[in-house]
Amino acid sequence: MARIVGGIACSHVPAIGVALDRGIHETPYWAPWFTGTAPARDWLAKLKPDVAILVYNDHANAFSLEIIPTFLLGVAAEFPIADEGFGVRPVPPVIGDPRFAWHLAESLILDEFDMTIANAMPVDHGLTVPLSVTCGRVDAWPFRVVPLCVNVVQYPPPTGRRCLRLGQALAKAVATYPEDLRVVVYGTGGMSHQLQGERAGFVNRQFDEDFLDGIVRDPDRLTQFSHTKYLREAGSEGIELVMWLVMRGALGANVREAHRFYHVPASNTAAGLLCLETT
Amino acid sequence: MAAPREYEDIPGTYVYDAERGRVGYALNMFCMSLNKAENRAAFKSDEPGYLARFPVSDEQKRTVLDRDWLGMLKVGGNIYYTIKIAACDGLTFQDIAAKMSSMSKDDYAKMMLAGGRTPEGNLFKDPPRKDEA
Repeated sequence: MARIVGGIACSHVPAIGVALDRGIHETPYWAPWFTGTAPARDWLAKLKPDVAILVYNDHANAFSLEIIPTFLLGVAAEFPIADEGFGVRPVPPVIGDPRFAWHLAESLILDEFDMTIANAMPVDHGLTVPLSVTCGRVDAWPFRVVPLCVNVVQYPPPTGRRCLRLGQALAKAVATYPEDLRVVVYGTGGMSHQLQGERAGFVNRQFDEDFLDGIVRDPDRLTQFSHTKYLREAGSEGIELVMWLVMRGALGANVREAHRFYHVPASNTAAGLLCLETT
Repeated sequence: MAAPREYEDIPGTYVYDAERGRVGYALNMFCMSLNKAENRAAFKSDEPGYLARFPVSDEQKRTVLDRDWLGMLKVGGNIYYTIKIAACDGLTFQDIAAKMSSMSKDDYAKMMLAGGRTPEGNLFKDPPRKDEA
């Protein structure tokens, strides 16, 4: 039977990918982030997952404003890397797991989560940067990936409560898959940041530290946060943090914190990383 | 127009909501087209000519041609889309974030290294003065 063996929360700042791709990750600017996240790479390598469910948002690359799915599952065998306007990231293509992904789609929809299904889509930095942070520079990603996209670009994104419940439904879906699979779940994006307007560069360490604690110990409390609270206190783009709640919902009531790292700045953003084990 | 939203009292912030989504659609779809290398080349060789292919308003056109990054947000631009123009110009998120907040690139970078723009004084718009209320 498939089972969830771990969860990862990770920022997906595009500049982190650029730093790795250009080999400037050991410069004084980037070294703290890549040193601080090294234990996560060791931890994940030891966990040996077969497949990851990676919760992220597309940034006007696979999808435009023509069609805006709130929740979407990628069921393709392979996902090419998107050109986001400045060329394609030099990372390997992402290999999917169609049989597992279709099982998840069926299970979620019958559990009343009305997923959009994508048979073909490119993936952008939202998905590839967390893979790079947790796997490093590789010739092939060490596990298959099922992309789960959440709209956070067009207001309103789904609520935090809905995201946590989607995670709980994912856990049920994984548990009913007959194949022996070791599954990790990623929740990506955040932490506090604002890329737009006169308030660009906004960072709120206090909010972030409270959110990190809450994700580990009391995610139900975080589901009380309104969208306006995220926008005001985590920044207009910090509302991406609702996606961490999908991951957290999938891990069950109690988790063990294996690793935590928080760093400001990664370009315009407060970057965070959290590794959680199921108990 | 819909009733005022509670997030409208956040300073310096343009939430890409239904109203902006309605007004900004064509502008953002123009930006999206720049994901293709051949479109980036066409735009760079004749900016007004390329923009004429999209049903954008005169004011939206002006903000693009002037690289008025803040102005783009006010006429329905979404930052994840307008960044495509910046990428076309060889600019980064940090470059245009500095411009939107009227800071030099250096000062902005220093602010980020010092921990970013602080919540103090940046959570609510200034309350209206008594004689205005």
